[in-house]
Amino acid sequence: MAALLELSSVSKSFAGLKAVQDVSFSVPEGSIVALIGPNGAGKTTCFNLVAGVYRPDAGEVRLGGARIDGWRSDQICRAGVGRTFQLVKPFAGLTVMENVIVGALNATAGVREARQKAGEVIEQLGLGPKLDHMASSLTLPERKRLEVARALATGPKILLLDEVMAGLRPTEMDHMVAVLRELNARLGLTILLIEHVMRAVMALSAQVIVLHHGEVIASGPPAQVTRDPAVLECYLGEEAV
Amino acid sequence: MREILLGGVPRRGLVLLSILLALLVALPIVVNDYLITVLILILYFAYVGQAWNLMMGFAGQLSLGHALYVGLGAYAAAALYVHYGVSPWIGLGASIAISAAAGAIIGFLAFRFGVSGVYFAILTIAFAEFARIGFDHWSWVGGSAGFFLPVANYTRSDLWNLRGSPTMFYYLMLAMTVAAFVLCHLLLRARVGYYWLAIRESPEAAQALGINIFRYKMYAVVLSAAMTSLGGVVFAFYYNNLFPEQVFHISRSIELILGPIIGGIGTLFGPIVGAFVLTALAESLGEIMHAFGIDIPGIKQVFYGVCLLVVVMFLPDGIWPPLSKALGLDGKRIQGGDKPGKSDTGGGG
Amino acid sequence: MLADPHVPAAIYLNVAVSGLLTGLVYGLMALGLSVIFGVVRVVNFAHGEMMTIAMYIAIALFAAFKLDPLVMLVPIAAVLFALGYVMQRGLINPFINRPEHSQFMLLVAIALIMVNVLLIIFGPDAQSVQTRYAFDSFQLGALIVDATKLYAAIAALAVAAALFAFFRFTLAGKAIRACADNYMGALVVGLNVKQLYALTFGLGAACVGAAGAMMVLLVDVTPPLGPAYTLLAFVIVITGGLGSMPGALLGGVLIGLTEALGGLLFTPSAKSMFAFGLLVLVLLFRPQGILGKRQS
Repeated sequence: MAALLELSSVSKSFAGLKAVQDVSFSVPEGSIVALIGPNGAGKTTCFNLVAGVYRPDAGEVRLGGARIDGWRSDQICRAGVGRTFQLVKPFAGLTVMENVIVGALNATAGVREARQKAGEVIEQLGLGPKLDHMASSLTLPERKRLEVARALATGPKILLLDEVMAGLRPTEMDHMVAVLRELNARLGLTILLIEHVMRAVMALSAQVIVLHHGEVIASGPPAQVTRDPAVLECYLGEEAV
Repeated sequence: MREILLGGVPRRGLVLLSILLALLVALPIVVNDYLITVLILILYFAYVGQAWNLMMGFAGQLSLGHALYVGLGAYAAAALYVHYGVSPWIGLGASIAISAAAGAIIGFLAFRFGVSGVYFAILTIAFAEFARIGFDHWSWVGGSAGFFLPVANYTRSDLWNLRGSPTMFYYLMLAMTVAAFVLCHLLLRARVGYYWLAIRESPEAAQALGINIFRYKMYAVVLSAAMTSLGGVVFAFYYNNLFPEQVFHISRSIELILGPIIGGIGTLFGPIVGAFVLTALAESLGEIMHAFGIDIPGIKQVFYGVCLLVVVMFLPDGIWPPLSKALGLDGKRIQGGDKPGKSDTGGGG
Repeated sequence: MLADPHVPAAIYLNVAVSGLLTGLVYGLMALGLSVIFGVVRVVNFAHGEMMTIAMYIAIALFAAFKLDPLVMLVPIAAVLFALGYVMQRGLINPFINRPEHSQFMLLVAIALIMVNVLLIIFGPDAQSVQTRYAFDSFQLGALIVDATKLYAAIAALAVAAALFAFFRFTLAGKAIRACADNYMGALVVGLNVKQLYALTFGLGAACVGAAGAMMVLLVDVTPPLGPAYTLLAFVIVITGGLGSMPGALLGGVLIGLTEALGGLLFTPSAKSMFAFGLLVLVLLFRPQGILGKRQS
């Protein structure tokens, strides 16, 4: 499988602090890859580098072989990268439908088409009953689903999900996992997700990349990575291993 | 708070609107000249308020120097008429072009260089002040002594040169206000409207969804400026005199935002409701005081200030949203209880 | 519009010094704004109007009791302090967490009311204070300095120094700085933030009151001066650096100089254009101001 997203020796520092150091990994087309690591490991920074919020100090980011580092985030979205935010950012003054229409407009010619597409995505994410509700009236799990729906509506080639499972109850999480699996299977949607909830990581991902202090310390199938001593050490500390 | 679109408004709203429109069209027949001038004022503030609202309510950019566009539009059309005899209907092309250019410059400077919030507001004030002082020294348009249009008699209505009775100006302003309303309604239903609201609510999320923030903000600023300039053209030909000290003064800028703020920023009807309520109350106050023989200059402005204060403190979204709810005109929107903009953490972090 | 090229250099020097001295008073006015914004994070659109109130108080006192404004400096500042304190405590506090434009509008409304109440009480005609030293001057070689400007400038420096000392050395001053640095932290350690905000606003108002008492010696007062000074205060604070106290003074001096020299080189009535030109340049190329800290 060709790599849809590829990071090559990407580095980023903030005021002297090295958030991401010489990170390289690739996400094969049509796969689901998880990016894990302790707090402060640099996972969200990687997302922000891919999505164009930051420009890498060094290295390259390629989407489908073409370089996208240095592009603006709206250009990168139009190129096929959809992303959610760790701290959800709903358009509070708009309804659920209107929120998703904004996303859908990225992939359609006009509002009518966008409305249709938005409706489909909303159903997929189980937000149908809340179509006309203001985004500000949604509960947190619903806002997370809205966040995913909106990003999905943009018609991305790859979806970057930042901790979408956090705060969800097990049934809600299972539903989200099922939806993502289905999107991946049916549409071939590539997914890169940051997750702390191991249950979801194990259930979804074909490959896991572990970040620690801004560097990749392990990479491989979930079962293998979770047994890797280096990985266990960074989560549990030297003594525990 | 966003307004419901005509498509989603219940039948009741459409009926009300039609009745209102019919009333407004028929009004000059029954009402005296003084009231017509008051109505012209109301419509004028509704119109420019709507134009300002486009930038603030839809794209979220606070402009406190909008008098700049009124002034540029006014002077452009007036100068062409007085110096070259050009009809304002043609002259307005220059008004739009110049105001749009000014808006584009301000927008470009602001958005390219990341000037926003209070800094942006101050930038807009600075440009208006710059124009005020500049025009004060520009003799071709009269400078500080003022620029005067020849006043014709009002027996004949000359629509082409905008010379005529208040009634003519009334219908003109009415048509413009209705057109502005329809335009904003259409824009809100189109891509540009959705994108503006997205930018207003969360620029970061908007960008992540493929929206070119700079471009859409520029659209808002330029369109707002162009629309406002037409109000300036009417201003020039209605009052027949222009003084930079008055036209570009910051009180003009503040005056024209009172309507939308009191009525409700970001709503379609807000500016109209606000302009009506404010002007009607102010004129009534004036009449009452006149009847008692009290004549205090400045009392009207104090009144405006108090109205603004009260609305800002107790009705932050303006009069229209609660009013529309009470009238049953706000459609099927289900409101949330919590304040917008306070996002929660995801838990893990 | 350009001035006579045969103007001797001495005139430039005198004008520059005059501008510098006036600039110090401007700086004090802007200092009040900077303090308020730096701590309470509220944009005081009524700043110039507050100074105009102080100026009219000075005029009224002078007209009634022949009291020199500089002598009345402290009482006038105290009155403005009370005004600012009450404004913050009563009106502005609930607005701390509201969207920016709501805050602006609140203060715009207050400013509108202030200006027009002054108009109603004092009328639109220019009024001024004519002290017995109004026409005195000091001579230093080619330099001729107006006594009023010199006294005003010295007073401005004195008040500014007092303010610096307050923030540096008193407990309340440090508490206020703590609030400015870290709102949550201040709450957590039990500081009465509401009280401190009101205190800060009061102090800012006192600065502007003092500046008003000085300014009344330098210019004639009319109610529309209010909005003009509000704008000027913003130009100064943005140029010098929002949140930086020395920046406010520096900005004031810079604007004073620009205005004075601009007025000399071009027509006097166009002098504020230069202040605005400077503002636009600063906003574009160094938005944090000359001495401000870059906010990422």
